[in-house]
Amino acid sequence: MRPDPAAGVHASRPDSRTSSAPAPRPRRHPRWRGAVRSTAKHAGLIALALVMLYPLIWLLASSLKPNDLIFRDLSVIPTDVDLSNYTDGWNALTYPFGRYLLNSAVIVLGSLLGNLVACSMAAYAFARLEFRGRRLWFAIMLMSIMLPIHVIIVPQYVMFSRLEWINTFLPLIVPKLLATDAFFIFLMVQFFRGIPRELDEAARLDGCGHLRIYARIMLPLSMPALATTAIFTFIWTWNDFFSQLIFLTKPSMYTAPVALRTFLDSSGQSSWGPMFAMSIVTLVPVFLAFLFGQKYLVKGIATTGIK
Amino acid sequence: MSVVSELRRAAGARRGGPPPTPGTSAGDEPPARRRRRGDGRAAALFLAPWFLGLVLITLGPMAASAYLSFTDYDLLQPPEWIGLDNYTRMLDDPRLHKSLVVTFTYVLTAVPLQLVVALGLAMLLDRGMRGLAFYRSVFYLPSLLGGSVAVAILWREVFGVDGLVNAFLALFGVEGQGWVSSPDTALGTLVILHVWTFGAPMIIFLAGLRQIPEMYYEAASIDGAGRVRQFFSITVPLLTPIIFFNLVLQVIGAFQSFTQAFVVSGGTGGPADSTLFYTLYLYQKGFASLDMGYASAMAWLLLLIVGAMTALNFLASKYWVFYGD
Repeated sequence: MRPDPAAGVHASRPDSRTSSAPAPRPRRHPRWRGAVRSTAKHAGLIALALVMLYPLIWLLASSLKPNDLIFRDLSVIPTDVDLSNYTDGWNALTYPFGRYLLNSAVIVLGSLLGNLVACSMAAYAFARLEFRGRRLWFAIMLMSIMLPIHVIIVPQYVMFSRLEWINTFLPLIVPKLLATDAFFIFLMVQFFRGIPRELDEAARLDGCGHLRIYARIMLPLSMPALATTAIFTFIWTWNDFFSQLIFLTKPSMYTAPVALRTFLDSSGQSSWGPMFAMSIVTLVPVFLAFLFGQKYLVKGIATTGIK
Repeated sequence: MSVVSELRRAAGARRGGPPPTPGTSAGDEPPARRRRRGDGRAAALFLAPWFLGLVLITLGPMAASAYLSFTDYDLLQPPEWIGLDNYTRMLDDPRLHKSLVVTFTYVLTAVPLQLVVALGLAMLLDRGMRGLAFYRSVFYLPSLLGGSVAVAILWREVFGVDGLVNAFLALFGVEGQGWVSSPDTALGTLVILHVWTFGAPMIIFLAGLRQIPEMYYEAASIDGAGRVRQFFSITVPLLTPIIFFNLVLQVIGAFQSFTQAFVVSGGTGGPADSTLFYTLYLYQKGFASLDMGYASAMAWLLLLIVGAMTALNFLASKYWVFYGD
């Protein structure tokens, strides 16, 4: 598995160079200057992009190098590709790394289901239903977006340990089933408001109940909002560290990020290669989600500021 | 339409400010809908999961946390009421003070720096520019990865004694140092990590820039305004709501940073507590020393600080944020 991001960057380089290369008409001074300016801008932007991506490229390259070369060899083009870091890293911890990836996947799937169903239901109520205190509840929902998790994490821990849920996935999934990621409620309320009311008014006249309008009209029309929610839930849950660190303390239940962190404790200074290799492994799903969900990611972040 | 502007609207409405624009706020309703009252039962059904979550996962624990903050509690013995002791203890806890200094230093440097870079790059990426989608993606990617353990590990090694930064400096004959292992520079590396993730606010800025009508610039350049003048007289004023939005969100987020400091310092907040973020200290108190009463009190102080900073932002916004409406 080597989707070398470096290749992507370099490949696009000549392209943007030729595109901005001066289409020379030296007599017309302004256009010539514009071309130079644009070339300079592209060169600057590409240089900056390379600087920004360099650490990531270096991580990928280092994961393919033998340990003793990692810090001696600055080049990102490995002389001989060596996958042993991946096999070593995979087996370096108490359990094979696949176990941690699987744990992460279970939590991600549970969170996805929860956020998609529970948040869209709440959003439907806020966007379309009349009920007492709607304004107030909506304001409370907005406020809850900004509440630092630290304020509730201690009692949550106490509660979940009473329920004997520590070292299970329940503390990480059940809250999502209860729509505690209110950001997505907000996102979907915004989206639902944009759907013409005539559609569901008509359905109502035809005798549809709210459940049907929600399931047959609103949800199918809200695919972009649902996709945004799904992608962000995926990435956030996959990257989440704080709550997973707190609720999962048994190695067999570790998620990928929590397991990754044990490389720092156990193996000290000698096994960068395997650690880098497993770092790459945990970044790949996020990277793929990024590739496939770009359109929604950019839209979602531009309209609501989630990241 | 953002959370921040919704909240601003809500706050304005409560203070008897301008009425919300029809069709955008939750509370208003087109007259036709008034006839059909009483979706109460359906609402109860649709809101049931959220409401349960609000009570069981959010408000209940909030109340419990408020109570625990007045107790001595180690999870094993029942909580023991000690009044304000946890709060007075905070007054002379040098590590807590250190963590506040570290956190404020981080927020007050990393957030403005990141926003300046984000705005600068957004300005460079003109509309209609070739390769815009490519640059946007490349600059945005670190935002997605920045909070992960993998990138924090990467950062630790990049700024380590034998890391990439020193290897690069060596090319110019500069002798580097262990950036993450020196108390003077460790926090700086985390600030750089934060700035590196400027892509998310940059995308918000790009969306905001798109809202500014092209004709303003055309009119300005006919009047002979240069680029710099245009930036300060058109772009910045019209962009202030977006700047404000980014600022509020980034400040709230930055106060809660945890993963980067935890990984870079191996969970200690070291060297010499120089990366002891407030949340990291809270974690140590609550989940390493099981001093849960103290951790709860710390959590409330955090809420107070974040709330105060947000309120301050909102208050100050009156003087510099320009709303077209």
